[in-house]
Amino acid sequence: MDLNFLDFEQPIAELEAKIEELRFLGNDSAINIVEEVNRLRAKSRALTRSIFSNLTPWQVAQLARHPQRPYTLDYIALLCTDFQELHGDRMYADDLAIVGGPARIDGRPVMIIGHQKGRDTKERVRRNYGMPKPEGYRKALRLMRTAERFSLPIITFIDTPGAYPGIGSEERNQSEAIARNLFEMAQLSVPIISTVIGEGGSGGALAIGVCDRLLMLQYSVYSVISPEGCASILWKSPDKKEIAAEAMGITAERLKSLRLIDEILPEPLGGAHRDVQATLETVKGALLRHLDLLTALSPTERLAQRAQRIDSFGVFRVA
Amino acid sequence: MSWFEKIMPSRIKTEREGRTRSVPEGLWIKCEACDAVLYRPELERHLHVCPKCSHHMRIHGRERLKRFLDPGSGSELAANITPEDPLRFRDSKRYRDRLLATQKATGETDALVVMAGTLLELEVVAAAFEFRFMGGSMGSVVGERFVRGVNHCVEFHMPLVCFSASGGARMQEGLLSLMQMAKTSAALGRLARAQLPFISVLTDPTTGGVSASLAMLGDVNIGEPRALIGFAGPRVIEQTVRETLPEGFQRSEFLLEKGAIDMIVDRRDQRERIGSLLRLMMRQPAAVASVA
Repeated sequence: MDLNFLDFEQPIAELEAKIEELRFLGNDSAINIVEEVNRLRAKSRALTRSIFSNLTPWQVAQLARHPQRPYTLDYIALLCTDFQELHGDRMYADDLAIVGGPARIDGRPVMIIGHQKGRDTKERVRRNYGMPKPEGYRKALRLMRTAERFSLPIITFIDTPGAYPGIGSEERNQSEAIARNLFEMAQLSVPIISTVIGEGGSGGALAIGVCDRLLMLQYSVYSVISPEGCASILWKSPDKKEIAAEAMGITAERLKSLRLIDEILPEPLGGAHRDVQATLETVKGALLRHLDLLTALSPTERLAQRAQRIDSFGVFRVA
Repeated sequence: MSWFEKIMPSRIKTEREGRTRSVPEGLWIKCEACDAVLYRPELERHLHVCPKCSHHMRIHGRERLKRFLDPGSGSELAANITPEDPLRFRDSKRYRDRLLATQKATGETDALVVMAGTLLELEVVAAAFEFRFMGGSMGSVVGERFVRGVNHCVEFHMPLVCFSASGGARMQEGLLSLMQMAKTSAALGRLARAQLPFISVLTDPTTGGVSASLAMLGDVNIGEPRALIGFAGPRVIEQTVRETLPEGFQRSEFLLEKGAIDMIVDRRDQRERIGSLLRLMMRQPAAVASVA
């Protein structure tokens, strides 16, 4: 079993393995192998297309957590110039699960803030699997205040399983750190654009996600609790995660229909990690387009629109 | 009384009467903390605080507001906002059915009650979570009612007091419930810009999305004695860190020590203390000795 492929992608993995095998053979025997390889490639693409046209919400959640999916620092490295990472919350520590600093996109100065997961085991531990502690959110807030002071638009990338539930987090008041960010982000006068690039895990995601525009990559998810968490509370068994994922409506498509997000950014066939360059181009294009629209507004207009946007969240009956 | 009962020896008669005499359900209540057997009207007089050991039992949101505001002064706000089922959510039960059953059992239409009234003659808006309503979870209705409460404060220049008791966001409304965290916090920003005070009283239990939004944003954060207050529930933390949690972890006293809340106030003193705080913050003269 190829670990680069998720379980539901295994038929594709098998075809790809066969193609590799043939290509290897092709080096010394000339007979029509090229044609066969091309035929198999077309078949693989068709298979991928058919599998990906029919993904369940749980499968999308697995893609959102794919270990090869581009992370915040990948976006920054390939999307920005002049990035200067700023560390620490000036009070307690530097939380590596959140990264940020000023940079340029297409020459324009912005403040970038995002969750950061790790690629290998060591890095994952260092980044605490992308789960911030209060100092992470306080670092993010400090950077946002700096952005406000210098009129830099804020770009955030959301990719976290959630805020870290540990003893130290509680001692340093995780709740207040998250709440404070929600409170302050609603009032910043600079444009804020948030993009869910992988996992949008509950309050830990929202704490850097109060914004003027909320974008989601096609195979990212955003939810109030993880499918496993919801399943173990409501179905009394984490194994019902597939049903929970379906019930909660965590995919970009479903959230767009509920008018909770503004735009879905299409991913290349097979997901963002299959063609990182193409994904980056899409994200960059969307960010620049929304930046243009938002910077054209006055701060007063922007704040009014943001307030209206936030106030509109909710479905209820008025008698 | 029949002729047979008349001639019965009194000993037997007592026994029979003992069997038929109806004792109202729950007239006597045992305190979970000190095991004292308490007479319900007495307990109610003490706002559901054990008169023997001061253990704070849970109290219904509506009753709390009624006893907190000046007698007869409260009028409910945003009661016309009622829940929908936007996701057509279903676990072992449909969300729709769960709502109906909970509404019937609690007599409330959702988990937050908001009232405008007076506190020691100062006009205020007070809100209280109803924990029996799906764990006091915050969905669209809770968010909207809270925001309307804030709007009322801004419009009529009144302070806000909120008593939270909630397990967090309402999963059955998916991401809509998460967004209520942003919505309530943004509204509190407007209250702050109008220079109106917000007093947040965190009661047992206040966790998750409610703790990580409106409940921690008070100009003054007050805990009730021994209340469980935290972001993650103790079970989740235990599973994550794989160690047993220290005694008293995530209780009001712990939060006070860590600097997360300003004070711990006995429920029976809250009218006086919050009334005095609000008068100070609103730069009003001190209240004349309360009659209530």
